[in-house]
Amino acid sequence: MSADHDDHHDPSPPAGRALRLGVGGPVGSGKTALVAALCRTLGPVLRLGVVTNDIYTTEDADFLRAAGVLAPDRIAAVQTGCCPHTAIRDDIAANLDAVEELEERLGPLDLVIVESGGDNLTATFSRGLADRQIFVLDVSGGDKVPRKGGPGVTGADLLVINKTDLAEHVGADLTVMSRDAAAVREGRPVIFTSVRQVPEVYAVAAWVRGVVEAWAHDRDHQHPQVAPRPAGVAAPRPAPVPRPDDR
Amino acid sequence: MNAALLLLADSRLPAGGHGHSGGAEQAVRTGAVTGLADLAAFLRGRLATAGLAAAALAAAARELAAGPAADAAAWRELDAEADARTASPAQREAARAQGRLLLRGARRIWPAPVLDGLAAALPRGAHHPIALGAVSAAAGCSGGEAALAAAYASITGPATAAVRLLGLDPVGVHRLLAGLAPAMEDVARAAGSPAAWAALPAHTAPALDLLAEQHLRTEVRLFVS
Ligand SMILES: Nc1nc2c(ncn2[C@@H]2O[C@H](COP(=O)(O)OP(=O)(O)OP(=O)(O)O)[C@@H](O)[C@H]2O)c(=O)[nH]1
Ligand SMILES: [Mg+2]
Repeated sequence: MSADHDDHHDPSPPAGRALRLGVGGPVGSGKTALVAALCRTLGPVLRLGVVTNDIYTTEDADFLRAAGVLAPDRIAAVQTGCCPHTAIRDDIAANLDAVEELEERLGPLDLVIVESGGDNLTATFSRGLADRQIFVLDVSGGDKVPRKGGPGVTGADLLVINKTDLAEHVGADLTVMSRDAAAVREGRPVIFTSVRQVPEVYAVAAWVRGVVEAWAHDRDHQHPQVAPRPAGVAAPRPAPVPRPDDR
Repeated sequence: MNAALLLLADSRLPAGGHGHSGGAEQAVRTGAVTGLADLAAFLRGRLATAGLAAAALAAAARELAAGPAADAAAWRELDAEADARTASPAQREAARAQGRLLLRGARRIWPAPVLDGLAAALPRGAHHPIALGAVSAAAGCSGGEAALAAAYASITGPATAAVRLLGLDPVGVHRLLAGLAPAMEDVARAAGSPAAWAALPAHTAPALDLLAEQHLRTEVRLFVS
């Protein structure tokens, strides 16, 4: 992760509040599956809350509640009036309200994950809402997607390329995806996953944990000049060997 | 001339308005609104009822906010007047959510002690017109301008929702809104705050109340209200 990338971020986290992590990406790429996996892996060690932005229903929230990965009262759903990107970028009021309501009701949290409704490649989170963001692509969209770039692919703090188990079925070349992603991301990390095959998503969970720890450290010590940096995750250049998450 | 009024009324104001359809989503679902003609009727009806009540409450809130009496008890009393004019619990909830989101943003955009006082008096959110009136005062808008902003918001949100839900020609819908401009001004004038809050207009629209209640009970929803 390059120094000038870190400069984007608020250097000193506001006292007391949780890290806010946005999870965005195209429809059906596996955002909810990833959020569920993170809750499963991190739920026992971090105080978590989740806000979903479903397009039509409370389906993602219902899925997470039904999956039993998190207590139902830790999951809140926001409706976005046909415009998922508006709710995470241009007018973040409803999402901020939901995040703060969770924090107020549940007491201090370490991490609040906001899952965007599925959208297009240009949809990214406002820095007013998310301190860090993950963009989730999947291989079935074709191996040309990373090359197309777009703010989500190029700028997200972490790019996750999911459903590697489908690569052979859709003729997607993971090496090409890895190379193209590395080319547009200036060293920011890329992790390949198959949430289906490795539901613990170890590498993504480790990245998130590192980010949360850096955030909490900065929050508690208030070094205005030190930007949070994910611990224990090497900036891959070239991108890592495209293999499903840690197998 | 007041550029602050334009900012306040702009749908780009980050105050969560884009998530609300003011009953339009349910009206589309039930077939009450299918195109431009019945959208026009829907908007006229909304403006003359919920729109007028909202405009009057906004003007009253603007007056309260600008004067010396804006303490917590007064805000709660005015908010209770808004409750009394909002029969549907779903609409009350939606109005409070929008008021809360408006205040959240406005307290940073136009910082003023009166907005902090309103937020503290009603932590779950003041009704949207109350918040709008208070924010109008903080932004330097008059009571008439607050009422106009409320009248405008009462129909532009539903109009935009209808464009999205029905794929209507956006120019046709804006032409319709332009045709309603004199009616919006009439409503803002009629909303002029009387001395006693109890005498504020209390026009209701039972159909809107029903739509709001049905909407809340519908499983597949794009909009909050
Ligand atoms: N084969 C395969 N399927 C997956 C994987 N991850 C998720 N899926 C499936 O992909 C579908 C979409 O996953 P979701 O997690 O709902 O995707 P999403 O991005 O949250 O979708 P929206 O919120 O609707 O945009 C579901 O049927 C998942 O079971 C994976 O790694 N491999
Ligand atoms: Mg989802």
